[in-house]
Amino acid sequence: MLTFRETTLPNGLRIAAETDDRGYSASFGYFVRTGARDETDVESGVSHFLEHMMFKGTQRRSAADVNRELDELGGQSNAYTSEEQTVYYATVLPKYQSRIIDLLTDMMRPSLAESDFDTERNVILEEIAKYEDQPPFGAFERVMELYFTPRGLGRRVLGTAESIAAMTPQVMRNYFNRRYAPENIVLAAAGKVDFDALAQQAEKSTADWQKLPKSRAPRPDDVATVPEGIELDAMIDAPDASQGYLVRVSPAPATADPSRYAARLLTTILGDDSGSRFFWELIDTGRAESAAMWTQEFADCGAAYTLLVCPPEDLSGNREVIDKVVEAVLRDGVTEQELVQAKNKTIASCIMQSDRPSNRLFGVGNGWQMRGEYVDLETMLDRYRRVSLADVALVAKKSFAKPPTETFAVAGALR
Amino acid sequence: MPIEIVHVETLDNGLVILGQPMSWLRTAAFSLALPAGIHCEPVDRGGLAGLMCEMIQRGAGPYSSRDIVELQDNLGLDHSAGVSSSLASYGAMMPAEVLSDALDLYAEITLRPHMPEDQLEDALQVSMQELLSVEDEPTQLVMMRLKQLQYGDLSGRPACGNRAGIESIGHEDVVSFFQNRYRPQGSILAVAGRFEWNQVLDRCQKLFGDWQGAPAHEIPLDRGRGGYEHIDQESSQTHIGFSFDAVPFSNESFYQMRAGVGILSDGMSSRLFDRVREQRGLCYTVSASNHSLRDRGAVFGYAGTTPERAQETLDVTLREICSLADGIEQAELDRLKVRVQSSLIMEQESSSSAVASMLSDWFHRGRVITAQEIEAIIESLTIKDVVDYWTEHPPKDFRVITLGSSPLQVPA
Repeated sequence: MLTFRETTLPNGLRIAAETDDRGYSASFGYFVRTGARDETDVESGVSHFLEHMMFKGTQRRSAADVNRELDELGGQSNAYTSEEQTVYYATVLPKYQSRIIDLLTDMMRPSLAESDFDTERNVILEEIAKYEDQPPFGAFERVMELYFTPRGLGRRVLGTAESIAAMTPQVMRNYFNRRYAPENIVLAAAGKVDFDALAQQAEKSTADWQKLPKSRAPRPDDVATVPEGIELDAMIDAPDASQGYLVRVSPAPATADPSRYAARLLTTILGDDSGSRFFWELIDTGRAESAAMWTQEFADCGAAYTLLVCPPEDLSGNREVIDKVVEAVLRDGVTEQELVQAKNKTIASCIMQSDRPSNRLFGVGNGWQMRGEYVDLETMLDRYRRVSLADVALVAKKSFAKPPTETFAVAGALR
Repeated sequence: MPIEIVHVETLDNGLVILGQPMSWLRTAAFSLALPAGIHCEPVDRGGLAGLMCEMIQRGAGPYSSRDIVELQDNLGLDHSAGVSSSLASYGAMMPAEVLSDALDLYAEITLRPHMPEDQLEDALQVSMQELLSVEDEPTQLVMMRLKQLQYGDLSGRPACGNRAGIESIGHEDVVSFFQNRYRPQGSILAVAGRFEWNQVLDRCQKLFGDWQGAPAHEIPLDRGRGGYEHIDQESSQTHIGFSFDAVPFSNESFYQMRAGVGILSDGMSSRLFDRVREQRGLCYTVSASNHSLRDRGAVFGYAGTTPERAQETLDVTLREICSLADGIEQAELDRLKVRVQSSLIMEQESSSSAVASMLSDWFHRGRVITAQEIEAIIESLTIKDVVDYWTEHPPKDFRVITLGSSPLQVPA
């Protein structure tokens, strides 16, 4: 039986859980509402750098203790940072609930020791170098910078090599004090969870969480300047690339916009990896390695992305194919058959994901953190089922009426 | 952990059907594995086995290519097709209620494909795109080359093949590969999830019972060679791949070897993660894992780092691997045991993981090993067992591939 439970602790920490007494495992996560969009130029990359430092020990545990205990609980644990959230999570056997909550909760009050700072700085610089070597060779970061400006949602999650090299422990501590207050955090859980025990334990071990030192507001950025290490050329020279890469962004619904379901179905019809219009035009024919479209929802807006990967000499021809596909949808909409197919595929995929608590955790945590909303599986499926052809036509018009923002990554940056 | 029940049935034509009912799930999954892997390709047709996955799905039985994709989508199949060294696999995970329809569709695809000649050109273009995509992924490039060095040019050949191979594939190659390798003898169909075994078996007998195919003949595997190769490429990172011989899955010492690899690389307190990344900040990614062919196995490792830290990364990594024989701590082994137990239990939440385990067990060992059995083996491992294995099989003759701006010093 699936049950949703939630509570807010006196210190402001919110707890939300979808409990399932038939489960074999339990997933827990701290969802902190902070990410790249909350940083200033001087802080660029700090959310993600901090995420790494959270594993480096607390008053009660050394860094080695944290890693060792995570492994002793035998589960899968990790963390990620996005534009709007930083999430720390673990999936364990139900018998380890209290130990994993003790550990994750303790990690949320890290020691941020200066001695670990420089070692971890190297790891981050390695991570930046790793992504520079990978497709699409910076084209995603660049298109976000062009579409949103290099600040706010366009801020690079990893920061730049320059901003990471210049980062100081003091900047990180100020940022932590400003962003990791309990009222900015959701503790979410899914699977075979003892909710009452969870709430009790969390209340006890986070009782002193409000006592963060007051941090100074950061100096506002000079928006007339471009942050160090950032370029705003839509053409990226990727000398090692044998393929050509095109990334596009168009507007899409925000996280609480009811039309987000229609937008997801629209991008499935246009750019899913099988059976979509892009698939039949570009993938089935072997004209492109990849031609995909999908959406991402933020608090106040959304983005529809298009990615095209193909030999550089075919980039411009294939781009025209994509334009024609999008124009046709703007003009004629999609067919009933396409919409049914997209719904069937999406609904099946939701059902398949729901078997694992580790998948459900993110739906529960994101929904509660970003929208204060819990959507059970049946309600979500129903929302997809109700999307009409007219709904899809409307989101298509809103997304594609204006030309998209584009970036290209190609060896020799052909113009 | 629920007690696993695994059903096994061998049809008269040789097809083995494995079933694991998991009544607590909403999903089901299956995979049909055929003895049509990469090492069965003619030497000069690299990429043929992978191309078959494309050609097979371009129309089958009463269905056109578009019909197949529409059916897959409307049934909601999360489907995949791929090749390994020995096997070609076609399978899907799905909401449990469509399992029977999905099996119907896949019987058409694998038994009665059209393989239309007029679509060969498009399918070859798809293969060529895959080849190009690998060229842009240095990590993949390194690991693919390493596998050939370790296992041999044919046995270690990548699924995407090579340019010369793809360019020389003709329609007659596709037809003859299908006729010779897509056959019931040596094939395994594994099904897991929410279903009734008797119904599924009945369905499979109707669908696959009359299937006839070429008689079985084994193609011998070739052998790898040792050494070091450097791929010169301007790159932000130096990518390091390394490998060495290890016992295969079918060997009785397998779990002793596997435990050592786990201590090296499973989790954030593992030796490689802790000593190469956490303590020294040498890299972002470092890992090692075991891999097995039927008759032999190997450990493969990877580290990606900036050029100035590359030599130290390689040196520290190989030193850590060799020092396993010097001893391990009880706490390391205990963590490994909890980890294995957790993952075995969590596997019960996924029909597709259960399918993958059954297939691998059957292919390598000719039987399905239950989670309870593995748990018991792991539980009984002692420090001495693990150290003994690593003492008797000291890592040596490292195969190493680097990709970056300059080569490294590699131990002879």
